Amino acid sequence: MEIFWYIVLMTILTVYVILDGYDFGAGIIHLFFAKKEKDKVLITKSIGPFWDANEVWLIAGGGILFFAFPTLYAISFSGFYLPLIMILWLLIFRAIGLELRGQIHNKIWESIWDKAFGISSLLLALFFGVALGNVIRGVNLGMVTDGVAVYEDAYFILPLWNSTFSPQAEHLGVIDWFTLFLGIVSVVALMIHGANWIIFKTNSELNPKLKKTVFNLNIVLLILVITSLSVWHIIEPDPFHNFIENPWMFIFPIICLVGLFGMFKVKQFKKDGTGFLFSSLFLFGGLTSTVASIFPKVLPSTNDVVPSLDIYNTSTAEYGLSVGVYWFIIAIILVAVYMFVQYRVFSGKMDDVGYGEH
Amino acid sequence: MEDMIFYDRLQFAFTITFHYLFPQLTMGLSLMIVYFKWKFLRTNESMFNDAAKFWMKIFALNFAMGVVTGIPMEFQFGTNWAKFSELTGGIIGQTLAMEGMFSFFLESSFLGLFLFGEKLLGQKLHFLTGFLVFLGSWASGYLIIATHSWMQHPVGYEILENGRYVLNNFGDLFSNPWLIPAFLHNQMGSVITSSFIVAGIGAFYILSKKNVAFGKLFLKTGVIFGLISSILVAFPTGDLAAKNVAKYQPAAFAGMEGIFETEEGGAEIVLIGQPDMENKRLDNKIAVPNVLSFLTYQRWDAEIKGLNEFDESVHPTNVPGLYYSYHIMVGLGTVFIGLMILATIQLFRKKLYQTKWILWALLFMIPFPYIANTAGWYTAELGRQPWLVYDLLRTVDGISPTVSSGNTLFTLLGFVGLYFLLGLLFLLLAGKIINKGPETSKID
Repeated sequence: MEIFWYIVLMTILTVYVILDGYDFGAGIIHLFFAKKEKDKVLITKSIGPFWDANEVWLIAGGGILFFAFPTLYAISFSGFYLPLIMILWLLIFRAIGLELRGQIHNKIWESIWDKAFGISSLLLALFFGVALGNVIRGVNLGMVTDGVAVYEDAYFILPLWNSTFSPQAEHLGVIDWFTLFLGIVSVVALMIHGANWIIFKTNSELNPKLKKTVFNLNIVLLILVITSLSVWHIIEPDPFHNFIENPWMFIFPIICLVGLFGMFKVKQFKKDGTGFLFSSLFLFGGLTSTVASIFPKVLPSTNDVVPSLDIYNTSTAEYGLSVGVYWFIIAIILVAVYMFVQYRVFSGKMDDVGYGEH
Repeated sequence: MEDMIFYDRLQFAFTITFHYLFPQLTMGLSLMIVYFKWKFLRTNESMFNDAAKFWMKIFALNFAMGVVTGIPMEFQFGTNWAKFSELTGGIIGQTLAMEGMFSFFLESSFLGLFLFGEKLLGQKLHFLTGFLVFLGSWASGYLIIATHSWMQHPVGYEILENGRYVLNNFGDLFSNPWLIPAFLHNQMGSVITSSFIVAGIGAFYILSKKNVAFGKLFLKTGVIFGLISSILVAFPTGDLAAKNVAKYQPAAFAGMEGIFETEEGGAEIVLIGQPDMENKRLDNKIAVPNVLSFLTYQRWDAEIKGLNEFDESVHPTNVPGLYYSYHIMVGLGTVFIGLMILATIQLFRKKLYQTKWILWALLFMIPFPYIANTAGWYTAELGRQPWLVYDLLRTVDGISPTVSSGNTLFTLLGFVGLYFLLGLLFLLLAGKIINKGPETSKID
């Protein structure tokens, strides 16, 4: 039962990253590449009807985490207190930027909210990568000092950074060179993903330029991926043990690579949606490979005193997990129907849909 | 420790109070938009469709505010109330996860379609998307109140050896006797907010001689919805909710009614008075004998326990706050019923649009349903103190063990600043939409 809810949780979070990922990415593209008013409006139109439904996946993931793995939810959310609250502030800024820019037609007003939207999209992409880095690296559960846990039940608190920025320091910070590196991977990957979305959903004049950008960024991404695999050894001496024990799991990195190499053909695609498909595959494969590499752990411990948090020592009791399956199956079918309807009605290019001028 | 819990409580109170300004309008207004849209389908008069579209603009802005201030709520259980989350997550996580899965997906998917899809969908399907948005927002209210009800009156749980509460009967969460009265009471409260806004804006248009035709439609609709909801919020829903408090949380009931000592031969109902906690009495009291006993138990001499009957350790921690919240809610509720009855009488005498003082009164009433709804929630929440989960888990035992009060104060200040900005922007933009007024359109 724990495995069922683990798969549910990871699926929801992966879907969240793919969906909200494209609107974060579109925000970063908007920040760096959209110079003309027309392009700016078009980008906001392409994500306008979707972004809040996309963020519901984050809320749903949070809800499932809360209910199925309450101990993990409690320990990690309080331990990452400041960065999580800052993510909330950024999500708020981003949303108001997007919703408010079209409300008043004034150059200064528009440029303020454009920047709010673009910069918070960029920082969120960075922070989510940093968050993933923290999960892989693990934390000092129980705040063990000199072999003794300071807090009961694996509770911890992490400062934003420590003076060394090292992932191997005794007292870790949220931001170190390793987590920051994953943050950069995340920014580049989501930029590509966002650019692919814009190409897919609009007839923007930017599209040919964006295709070139996707190609160039993809080279950067390839280099980053190779580098990250080589630095991984520093964090985790045996990162591939799960894959070697369960060879079927290689499907995840293979999907990731298919996505990555597929995107090099961006300029030859006949359909505008193909690039988006490949970047989604890359994100799906990359995330699933990462979490699979530490399974069944969900938050590794960096000390030898307090055991890592895994899906078994953080879950609620059997009855609650079982009864949840019934409503969850009904709910997920309904969600699939809603998404089908939503994306069908808004299929094709978004250029003609009014947005921001309700 | 005291400091620490103070900032945590203040942050939660601040963020949830601010957040709930938006969903209460979302829930009530979605019902009224569905009504306008339905009238349009029935009569084919484009004015109803234009009215629906006008209120959709307010709705969309309000909804966006509700979403962005709502996400922090779900995070804060874990960030600030980690112990509470760890101990009860298997139960309240269940209803909160259901809220995400059943109502937020429904609401957000169809809101996009409702706002941008009128041309693509055609009128009937467009009505349907509006109805689904309404359904999603009310389902959200229902599941939140189910969560709230478990905290007020825990059912269907068992306690494990490690102190955690886990579910042992899923059905009990939804047959909780606290749930239905609290849900309906809350929903009627939200319909009051939307009715007073619709009526108040209608009055504003009539008084300012702008968009007068729409003003009359809004006023009429708002007054009728307002009359019905103002009555229903008091009776039977408020009455049943209060009886639940009397039955399950007698100390909270004594606190909110301001009864310090049990009275022989029936309890009086306090209308006005200031709790004096040092001398355990009400100052400057105006009260009507025996009425409270009758309202609660339908017997004039029924005994109602005063605070003196309960150990200090289970007294509500802030009796004056509880008492004032409750009396503000009830007092405003009475004013709402009175004003709406007068307005309805004038409406049926066909004099409402000329009765200036009622129009002005309705205009100035716009903020008060927000105050009444907030006061109502404070009554429920302050009444539950010192418990987080009634009779099971104390509030002091629910906070995050590792988050320092300095960090909490930092984030609290951040939220105050950010929400101040959000509030200003909301008022600015809502004002702009209202000032511009509804647009008259031709229907194909």
